[in-house]
Amino acid sequence: MLAGIRTRELRKVYESAPPMAAGAGGLTFTTPKAGSKGKQPKPQVVALDGISLDIAPGEIFCLLGPNGAGKSTTVGVLTTRVQPTSGQAFIGEHDVWKEQVAVKHLIGVVAQRPNLDFSLTAREILTFHGAYFGLSSHERAKRAEALLERFKLTDRADQMVRGFSGGMMQRLSIARAMMHDPQVLFLDEPSAGLDPQTRLLLWEIVREYNQSGKTILLTTHNMEEADALCQRLAIIDHGRVIALGTPRELKASVPGGFLLRLRFGVHSPDLLQRLQSLPGVREVQAKDGTGADVYADRGGSLVAEVANLASAAGVELHDVHISEPSLENLFLHHTGRSLRE
Amino acid sequence: MNRKAFFAMLARDAHVARRNVVALLFQTFLQPLMFVFIFGRVMVGSGYMPPTYKSLLLPGIIAICMVGTGIWAVAMPLIAEFQFTREIEDRLLAPMNISWVAIEKVVAGTLQSLAAGFMVIPAAWLLLRPGVELNVPHPFLFAGVAILVALFSATGGLALGCSVPQNNIGLMFSLVVAPMIFFGCTYYPWSALNKFPVMQKAVLVNPLVYASEGLRGTMVPQFPHLSLLAVVCALVFFDVLLLTTGLRKFYGKAVS
Repeated sequence: MLAGIRTRELRKVYESAPPMAAGAGGLTFTTPKAGSKGKQPKPQVVALDGISLDIAPGEIFCLLGPNGAGKSTTVGVLTTRVQPTSGQAFIGEHDVWKEQVAVKHLIGVVAQRPNLDFSLTAREILTFHGAYFGLSSHERAKRAEALLERFKLTDRADQMVRGFSGGMMQRLSIARAMMHDPQVLFLDEPSAGLDPQTRLLLWEIVREYNQSGKTILLTTHNMEEADALCQRLAIIDHGRVIALGTPRELKASVPGGFLLRLRFGVHSPDLLQRLQSLPGVREVQAKDGTGADVYADRGGSLVAEVANLASAAGVELHDVHISEPSLENLFLHHTGRSLRE
Repeated sequence: MNRKAFFAMLARDAHVARRNVVALLFQTFLQPLMFVFIFGRVMVGSGYMPPTYKSLLLPGIIAICMVGTGIWAVAMPLIAEFQFTREIEDRLLAPMNISWVAIEKVVAGTLQSLAAGFMVIPAAWLLLRPGVELNVPHPFLFAGVAILVALFSATGGLALGCSVPQNNIGLMFSLVVAPMIFFGCTYYPWSALNKFPVMQKAVLVNPLVYASEGLRGTMVPQFPHLSLLAVVCALVFFDVLLLTTGLRKFYGKAVS
């Protein structure tokens, strides 16, 4: 049975530090709201603020956003570990909160931080996981062997995982999530801390798994990963979806596509107005006093004209940085912040 | 409940216990047996304690062993698995209700506690003999009390393991476990506290009192002990209280 993912207006408000279930290490608390008289105000954090997504069966979908954007909380809600404050989430036809056991049969989860069973060997981790899902001992052994081979862990299969490197643990975590052949695979920041070679292996395996009709939802703050792997993506920030579409559509939605980040010697509103009139310039945003972000449909060829305008206005041009059309620019355009900030 | 997942988790715990059997044996038996040796053998042998003390001591030592094992077997892995290794997450995602993961821990802890209790009897008996006068007139009652004691240890482990932060493990032993043992009528019968009436009443909030007195009443009934009906009622009360508290706290940690 193929299964997709749906969420309707998901909201999650924490009234105390989110425990491990949320896996939301990046969340920061907002200024405490004023409580009723005489009561200590509780710190509140709005982790999700009305997330609605429709992810089709067989799709590789990516949640892209900075740390604390709400990616892990969304995964937490979809994997039964976080109770939404309001809204609904479905895996296939099953309501995640009301039909948890049915949902758990359908999903495989790779958490953001390693959570392997340190008392077991790599092979045992896979076989016990298979046993939790009711696989026969023959099937468990066969699948574990194949996954260890696929994830290049055969030579360490019978060693305790305590001594494994971060990359090996991550590979084993993904193998474990695939052990019961789930219809929907959640990968929360799967390539964090992986070397480039392992990252490529991971991408290859994810694509291969997807080809058998499986739905994959991955979270990342790596634009390259989102661009390379995902069929569609949602950019989220402060618990809201700020853009949704294919990587191509989203990149095309940035005015002009190119971004020139300029820094001048002094602040000059007049100069910014003149920049707007240059051919090819779509949008100019003033930044941090003396800076400007210029969205345009050309890059390098604009620099000389910008320099001339600045010179004519008697303003020194200190720095120019040109970015080609990218998801990073898209994020910057919507939020005014870099994904890495 | 998903029986396959539940028993697979029990098999996992048994597998890990088998793998760590030597460390587990030392951890469970070394301290109580040293205590048996010093108090039951050296002190009695040198005349500082009466010979009957051997028989009085044995049920208390069994209670300490069972309660220590059950608490340790459930609380320590829970503290580490929730806060440090996070390895419980895989079991929380197994296709069964989350509370059954906690119940599995309680069952595994109860079994380990019972195994520890039944293994310490011959070991302590060998160290103490001759002069130990065990007398079990009602074996089923004894078994029932032993199961309730083991269950108390495991449910206590669940409640503690889900309440104590990782950096306070030491405090858990010095503030909870150690006073519980010393004021748990393990080394002396409850009636011996009659010279300290306030303390005698106060220790009744300590479930280990009922564990020690229950085992004393079913193994060496020739010594004074609390009424077995009161013991059984109190143990059932504490088992239910600790189980419900533990399950609630476990759920709170597993789901946010």
